[in-house]
Amino acid sequence: MTMQEGYTTADGRQIGGVLMDLRNITLRFGGVTAIKDISFDIREGEIRAIIGPNGAGKSSMLNVISGFYVPQEGEIWFKGYRRGPMKPYEVARLGIARTFQNIALFDGMSVLDNIMTGRLNMMKAPIWSQALWWGRAEREEVENREQVEKIIDFLEIQNIRKTPVGRLPYGLKKRVELARALAAEPRILLLDEPMAGMNVEEKEDMCRFILDVNDEFGTTIALIEHDMGVVMDLSDRVVVMDYGRKIGDGTPDEVRSNPEVISAYLGVAHE
Amino acid sequence: MEFLYASEVLANGLMAGVMYSLVALGFVLIYKASGVFNYAQGVMALFAAMTLVGIMEGRVPFAHLINAAFGVHVSSFGWTVPGLFAILLTALIMVGLAIAIEKLVLKHLVGQEPIILFMATIGLAWFLEGLGDVMWGADVKVLDVGLPQGISETVETMTDNWLGYGFFIDRLDIWAAVIAAALVAALVGFSQYTKQGRAMRAVADDHQAALSVGISLQFIWIMVWSIAGFVALVAGIMWGTKSGVQFSLSLIALKALPVLMLGGFTSIPGAIVGGLIIGMGEKLFEYFVGSMVGGATENWFAYVLALIFLVFRPQGLFGERIIERV
Repeated sequence: MTMQEGYTTADGRQIGGVLMDLRNITLRFGGVTAIKDISFDIREGEIRAIIGPNGAGKSSMLNVISGFYVPQEGEIWFKGYRRGPMKPYEVARLGIARTFQNIALFDGMSVLDNIMTGRLNMMKAPIWSQALWWGRAEREEVENREQVEKIIDFLEIQNIRKTPVGRLPYGLKKRVELARALAAEPRILLLDEPMAGMNVEEKEDMCRFILDVNDEFGTTIALIEHDMGVVMDLSDRVVVMDYGRKIGDGTPDEVRSNPEVISAYLGVAHE
Repeated sequence: MEFLYASEVLANGLMAGVMYSLVALGFVLIYKASGVFNYAQGVMALFAAMTLVGIMEGRVPFAHLINAAFGVHVSSFGWTVPGLFAILLTALIMVGLAIAIEKLVLKHLVGQEPIILFMATIGLAWFLEGLGDVMWGADVKVLDVGLPQGISETVETMTDNWLGYGFFIDRLDIWAAVIAAALVAALVGFSQYTKQGRAMRAVADDHQAALSVGISLQFIWIMVWSIAGFVALVAGIMWGTKSGVQFSLSLIALKALPVLMLGGFTSIPGAIVGGLIIGMGEKLFEYFVGSMVGGATENWFAYVLALIFLVFRPQGLFGERIIERV
């Protein structure tokens, strides 16, 4: 693939060059190979999906990208540089934010505080300044708070901003987690099954938010999803995984008509 | 008169409670941030106090070892270090200790069961106790950083004038209360209003989520153990000044246990209130009931109270509610 200049999507959005390039990634747990020699790229501004049946290695792939797993083989290129083995927090500081399949929020904190943690790394004021609430710290807190309020408005969670996260229903928790990831102003936003366990209405809301985020902030999004229908409507390009291998890669239409993909999802490909 | 005497007992109980709270604080900090019950907190206080005395008196560290190995007779550098400067140096050593603990112990136990980490802190406690003895000698040391001691005459005359009855309160206890209050205010301010404090609370809540927003667990752990080391130093100074620096100092950790059960393992205000209740309860119980049962109730009162709490409110007064999801 040498489309360095990008492409235009079906709905007329301009997609940029390669932002992240994964080359020949192999990940093993002891004797089990979770990911087998997979390569694909993520382009600036696109919504990229990774799909596949249960146990296909999708979540492992996301964990490789976010640094929670370090692959045994392969290279990860980000913004044109090869990324060495990194700890998850270092990856986060590079501008890769994520959400989790089973929601990882700070239950004891309010919604607002949770989202503010997304901006921790943007606060540089020395500790005495923070403790005394004076000078640079005050300025920073106000600026960051403004950004966070924007995101809160955007995701329509104004009315729960002071609520401790532990008390929220599942769907709203997912939304708060998205807000926290967005607060970091990430270059790539990784969503691990954003629609899992949601009812139809919640799914529709989440879909809308994902599209809006991409549209409004131009955020590059990579997501994992189980639900084929949702993914096909949402994403620009789709990687299909099965048993740790890549069996398809392309636009939703291309993937849909790929016989190998059909057989993976339906059992057998019928002539 | 009876009432006034009871009030005096109460006041003294409160002061003693402050001292318990100081020790309990160190436990809470580490437990909150890493879910580890740090058995070594008491020994850390002992180690800090020993180091402080050693530095102040200009003792040569590892003197016995050096003498035995090289056949010399060194014991002292022959200088003394002023209290405040020595406290600063000791605080630095406690930070160094925190870094060493993270690098040598915690780092290798990431993701292990809490019980394993707890066992590691037991090992740490024995190691630190030995290290303290080897470094500074096992003799009972006198610690005097210049804190006022003895009966406060101001309080005595004041209460005498107002109430016609002079309260006996140790000046050291008053200072301990003031310092503990300042320490708690600083800690609460730190954890609520600074970026590092927010990160600390985040780590306490969820490791994965903390990593995903770019918080380094390693840094937070070093920070938390350093703060706990500093709290141990303050506790060590207070208790060491009061009753000398010796092995029994490390046993104050045992008194912190009921305080924690009462206040909850995860709450800084809980540690304070728990300490005060226990200090107060102990003294009042001894005063009102002690004489009927032959005295010495202070030895067991705190534990019985904690036991009762465990039965009726296992999370403590301020602890997070325990919700079992099935």
